[in-house]
Amino acid sequence: MGHEISVTVNGNSYTNVVEPRQLLSQYLRDELNLTGTHVGCDTTSCGACTVLIDGRAVKSCNVLAVQASGADVTTVEGLADGDEYHPIQKAFWNEHGLQCGFCTPGMMITAVDILSNNPQPTEAEIRTGLRGNLCRCTGYHNIVKAVQAAAAEMAG
Amino acid sequence: MTTATSIGKAVRRHEDPRLISGNATYIDDVKLLGMAHAAIVRSPHAHANILNVDVTGAANSPGVVAAFTGADVQEQLGSLPAGWVLADMKTPNHPPIAFEKVRYVGDAVAVVVAETPQAAADAASLVEVDYDVLPAVVNAEEAVKDGAPQLHDDAPNNIDFEWEVGGGDYDAAAAEAEVVVKQRMINQRLIPNPIEERGVVADYNRATDQITLWTSTQIPHLVRLLFAAVTGHPEQKVRVIAPEVGGGFGCKLYIYAEEVICGVIAKLLARPVKWISGRQEGYQATTHGRDHIADVEMCGNRDGTITGIKTTVYANLGAYLSTFAPGIPTVLFGFTLGGPYRMPNVACKVYGVLTNTTPVDAYRGAGRPECTYVIERLVDIFSKETGHDPTEVRRKNFIPKFTDGHEVSTGVTYDSGDYEPALDRALEMLDYGAFREEQRKARSEGRLIGVGLSSYVEICGIAPSAVAASLGAGAGLWESSTVRVHPTGKVAVYTGTSPHGQGHQTSFMQITSSELGVPFEDVEVFHGDTDKQQMGTGTFGSRSVAVGGTALYMSLQKVIDKAKRIAAHQMGVPLQQVSYESGTFYVEDIRERNMSWGDVVGEAYSAKNLPPEMEPGLEAVTFFDPQNFTWPFGTHIAVLEIDQDTGESKVLRYIAVDDVGNVVNPMIVDGMVHGGVAQGIGQGLQEQAVYSEDGQLLSGSMMDYALPTAEDVPTFELDRTVTPTDVNPMGVKGAGETGTIACSPAIVNAAVDALSHLGVRHVDMPLTAEKMWRTIRDAKAAQSD
Repeated sequence: MGHEISVTVNGNSYTNVVEPRQLLSQYLRDELNLTGTHVGCDTTSCGACTVLIDGRAVKSCNVLAVQASGADVTTVEGLADGDEYHPIQKAFWNEHGLQCGFCTPGMMITAVDILSNNPQPTEAEIRTGLRGNLCRCTGYHNIVKAVQAAAAEMAG
Repeated sequence: MTTATSIGKAVRRHEDPRLISGNATYIDDVKLLGMAHAAIVRSPHAHANILNVDVTGAANSPGVVAAFTGADVQEQLGSLPAGWVLADMKTPNHPPIAFEKVRYVGDAVAVVVAETPQAAADAASLVEVDYDVLPAVVNAEEAVKDGAPQLHDDAPNNIDFEWEVGGGDYDAAAAEAEVVVKQRMINQRLIPNPIEERGVVADYNRATDQITLWTSTQIPHLVRLLFAAVTGHPEQKVRVIAPEVGGGFGCKLYIYAEEVICGVIAKLLARPVKWISGRQEGYQATTHGRDHIADVEMCGNRDGTITGIKTTVYANLGAYLSTFAPGIPTVLFGFTLGGPYRMPNVACKVYGVLTNTTPVDAYRGAGRPECTYVIERLVDIFSKETGHDPTEVRRKNFIPKFTDGHEVSTGVTYDSGDYEPALDRALEMLDYGAFREEQRKARSEGRLIGVGLSSYVEICGIAPSAVAASLGAGAGLWESSTVRVHPTGKVAVYTGTSPHGQGHQTSFMQITSSELGVPFEDVEVFHGDTDKQQMGTGTFGSRSVAVGGTALYMSLQKVIDKAKRIAAHQMGVPLQQVSYESGTFYVEDIRERNMSWGDVVGEAYSAKNLPPEMEPGLEAVTFFDPQNFTWPFGTHIAVLEIDQDTGESKVLRYIAVDDVGNVVNPMIVDGMVHGGVAQGIGQGLQEQAVYSEDGQLLSGSMMDYALPTAEDVPTFELDRTVTPTDVNPMGVKGAGETGTIACSPAIVNAAVDALSHLGVRHVDMPLTAEKMWRTIRDAKAAQSD
C-alpha cells in the first residue's frame, strides 16, 4: 500500500513509492542513503534529524515522507557548494563546535535557520534558537561561538 | 622545531571534515547485503517469573526471519560476566535473554529477526509472555532490609558486596575533634545520554567461521575478548569494529546483551543482523550512573583544620552486574576521599546492592564525582559550622605542593600536585571579594545569589595493571600502539584507544608529527578495528593520551632509534654520533653530513645495505603499562541565582581552573571541560532518573529526562595551571572527566550559599525549581517561627 511522492533533496528530484507510515528521516536515510541526517531519539526531542524543508528547520523524524511530497529539502549533505563548505560548516570546524559529531548535522541546519531569520543574533538569541537541539559533548560553548563566527562571516 | 601542529598547539581537528559533511559512518549507517533486523522484546515488569514465552505469532508475521526465546538460545548466549571482581563478591548469572525470571523493566525476553526494522517491531508486539509478577525494590537502602524482594538466590539481602577502605583511625579522630558535621547525601541516578544510542551489526561467514561485530563501543578489544569468553567463539575469529561512535560517557564501555545476541543469531542464521536501540529502549537497556545513598561526616577543629572523613554508602548496582560496575563505587570512589586535603583519617564503607532497576556502571567521572561531591559538600558544611570562609578552609587544609609523589592515608600515591594556585586563579577570575559585596547588595534587594567552590583531585590515566588487578580488575589495563612507517615515508599510527568524540586522531597526529618531525598531513591515525590495531584496551577513565598516547610516544622512539642505526650505518659513523631533528639525520658537529627521513626510510625497505643482523622495515609496537595512575586537580567556581518566586536556578558564571599536566591540544582539552561541566550542571540542576516504587522508569524518554539545552548553561570561563606528571614521559594527566567530577558540588554549594542566610544547610540534587521553591518556603517559615 504505497504512496508515490516526489521530493527535491539537495537540488535533486526523486520520485519514490513509500509506506504511508514512513518518516521523512527514514526516507532520507534508507531510500536515498543520505545518512548524514541522524536519529537520536523517538520523541522529537534531540533535533539530530533536523533538515531544511522549504528553507525552514524541521525535525524530519516528525514528518511523514508523504507530507514532504512536493517540498524542497536540504540535508547536511547539501550544505556545501561543491568543494566549498557552507560558512556554518567552516565555523563549526574552526571553532571546535563538535566532538562526536552525531548532533552536528541537525545543529548546523538549525543554525542556518537561525541566521536566515536573524543574521546578527545575540548570544541569548542563539541559545534560544538552539534549544530544540541537544548536544551532550560540547556544553554548547563552542557551538554558540561557531554560530557567532558564521554570522560574522556571512555578514561579510 | 615548533610548528603550527606541534604538541601544545590548538590544531583544528582532522576528524571534522567527515563529520560536518555527513560522510561519517555511525553504527546505523552500516548496511550489509542481506542484512536482517532484530527487535528485542523487553519486560514491562521490574520483577517477575517468566511462565511462558510464545513467539508463534511473531514468527508467522510478514517478513519475519526467525524468533527466539531466551530458553531457545540459552546455551549459545551464555552469561554476561562481571569484569571487576571484589573479594567475597557475588556474581549472579546474567543471561543476555532472560528465561526464568526478569529483574528490571527492559530485561530482554525474546528477539525477533525480520527483513526490515519495521517488520521486526511489528512482530515483536505479537510475542506473548506470561509473567508471574513479583514485588520489586528499586532503592538500595530498602533492598538490604529483611523482607525486601530478593533478586538473586546467591545474593542474600541483595547485597552483592561489602567493601571498605580507610586510613588512620576516624572514630578516634572524631572523638577528639572539636567539631563533627554529619549529613545524608543522595547522589541521584543519571542516564548518560550520548546523542547516539547503542547499536550492533553482526556478520558471520560460515566458510571461515569468522564473526564481525560492528558496535557503538568505547572498547572494541574488550568486546572481542568478552564476546569470545561468553560465547566460546574462537577469539582470533572475532573482529570487532567501532565505527564512528556518537558519544559514550561510560555507557558504551561494556559487553552488552545485544552484542552477544546479534553475534550468536547472525551465526545461527548465517546472515547479517542489525539492532539499533531506540532512545526509550536505551533508557531501559543502557547502563545508568551514580545512584548513591550516603551517610557522611567530617571532623576537625574550630580553627578550620580538617582531621577526618567517613562515608557509609549504599550504591545501587541495578539488577545485574555490568562489566565494570563493582569497581566504580569502590575503587574509584573511596581512595580519593581525602581529596586535595591533608586527611589523616578516612573511613569508607560501601554496600553494593542489587535492585530491580537498569544496571548501573560508569558514567563520566564514575565514582569520582560522587567522591568529590561528598568531600566538597562536607568542606562547606564544616566551614559554616566552624565559622570560616570556605576558601580559607580549603587553603588551610590543602596538601602542600609536591612533585615526586605524595602518599595519602588511603594508601595511594598522588603523582604531583600544587593545589593553591588553581584556587587562587579561580578566585581571581571571579573577584571573590567583589562577589561577596555584590551578594550583600543583592540580598538587600531580595535577590538570592550564591557562590560555590569545588576543589578536587581525581584518579585518571587508568591504569597500572598490577594495581588495578589487586583491586579487582579482570583484565590488564595497559594500552598498545603500532607505528608503521610506509616506504614513502608516510606514517600510519594504530592505537588501541577508541575515541568517540575526543579527537584522538588529531592529538595523536600532533604527537607523531612532533616526535618524528614529519608533516602533520603525512600521518594517519587508525582506531576502532581489532583487525587493524590488534591489541588494545579502549577509551575511558581519562586514559587515552596518558596511557595510549604514551604507548604511541614509545613506539615513535623505537622507530627513531632504528632509523638512527640505519643512518649511522649508511653514513659510516658510530651510532652515538647521529642525531635526528625535524626530518634530518645528521652527524653531530658535521651538519652537512646528513640523510633525510625519506632516504633512511627508503633504505629500511630497500634493505640493500642495512646493518648486519638488522631486519628490514620500519615499524614498532608498544604495550605501555604505567606505574601509577595520574592525579589531575583544580578548582571550579559556580555562581548561581535562585528566583525566590519560582525556585528556578540559573548559573550566572562558571569558572574552571584545571591542572591536567601538559596538554597536547588545548582546544580539545577546553572542549572536554565544557562538555563535562554542562553534564555536571545537568546533574546539579535538572537531571534525574526516577523509578516508581514498583520499578517503572518514570523518566523513560527524552521528554521526561531533563537534559541541559543551550539555554540552561552559560558561557564557561576556563584557565589552567600546569603541573606535569612523572608517570609518563610526556607529563600528561588526562582531561576527559574534570568537568563532571568538579562541577556538581560547586552548583550545590552555590545554591546553599545563596540560601545560607535562611538557615539552609544542604539540598539534594537535582535543584529543580519545585524543590528550591519548597526549600525557600520552608526555610522562611522556620525562621519566622
